[in-house]
Amino acid sequence: MADEAQIDVKEEVPDIAPFDPTKKKKKKKTTVVDLDDDSVDKLAEKTENLSVSEGFDSTLAGAKKKKKKPVDISNLIDESVDAKNEDLDDLAEEDDQDAVSLQPRYPWEGSDRDYQYEELLGRVFNILRENNPELAGDRRRTVMRPPQVLREGTKKTVFVNFMDLCKTMHRQPDHVMAFLLAELGTSGSLDGQQRLVVKGRFAPKNFEGILRRYVNEYVICLGCKSPDTILSKENRLFFLRCEKCGSGRSVAQIKAGFVARVGRRTAGGT
Amino acid sequence: MSEFDTNIPTTFDPFAEANAEDSGAGTKEYVHVRVQQRNGRKSLTTVQGLKKEYSYSKILKDLKKEFCCNGTVVEDPELGQVIQLQGDQRKNVSTFLVQARIVKKENIKIHGF
Repeated sequence: MADEAQIDVKEEVPDIAPFDPTKKKKKKKTTVVDLDDDSVDKLAEKTENLSVSEGFDSTLAGAKKKKKKPVDISNLIDESVDAKNEDLDDLAEEDDQDAVSLQPRYPWEGSDRDYQYEELLGRVFNILRENNPELAGDRRRTVMRPPQVLREGTKKTVFVNFMDLCKTMHRQPDHVMAFLLAELGTSGSLDGQQRLVVKGRFAPKNFEGILRRYVNEYVICLGCKSPDTILSKENRLFFLRCEKCGSGRSVAQIKAGFVARVGRRTAGGT
Repeated sequence: MSEFDTNIPTTFDPFAEANAEDSGAGTKEYVHVRVQQRNGRKSLTTVQGLKKEYSYSKILKDLKKEFCCNGTVVEDPELGQVIQLQGDQRKNVSTFLVQARIVKKENIKIHGF
């Protein structure tokens, strides 16, 4: 249960991030807006301002900010390059939203140059993210719980929340099971409580890796990356149809492949 | 009628069957590298789907020498010949096959956990 909570929190963080660090945002914004206004005027004052803001920053945020600053210094000479770089930074640092929100509100503020496509795109997404975040589409809504695994004896492994995971993926347990067993190269079955019992010793991490591959191959829609898909069988072929965007594709059949003979041979042979 | 005949270029036939090197790219013939558990912490690596032209025994010999493990070529009724190696050699095998240019990297599929 603790694991679940953890994972949930982890998934939630990027959603909250844009709203939460308000104080940081405010402070940084003032300084950088200063910078932008100056950049129209004089170079000399700019450098002065920079040094001031640098000191300010280092008191605020520390190493992270310092790393950022030199980029700005070199770029202030050329405004267009500056703006572009900032945008690149935005893209690169998608994960830590603090840094993004610390950028000037709009790079074109204070100058009368044309807007660039990336800037406008970024603006639209920022607004979208602030007003109704569920439309921004940059977050993983599907939360997969980590597989819970028990050891039954020494040679069997029980996958406890197998059914749960099948339900979250909207897949038939049979199909998931076939894939898991084929990938693990063992045999297994469902027991009375709908848990998957697999022969062999496996760590939760192993299951996780395989499930990840399963999701990539049989659940995620290639077009829109949404996991909201349906797997259907049409005359012996499996097809994946996306509920969100309506695209479809065929997926490979699950094949067990070669399984070497392990264990003792019977005296009679096969 | 004879005019039409003269128009047809002879060297290249667009309707000919695509074959040989062309078809290789389209129909991905994957080389499957699997791992299988044995008793205890021992495991077994199987390499399936190498091209028929290659001499399996020679590849096997190099693999054995490279990874310091034993192995055999197993004949499977459906899948043809399969290389078996002792121990979990999946990473080793895939890098070896890529480096020896036996298989392209995108055609190797590593299975198992």
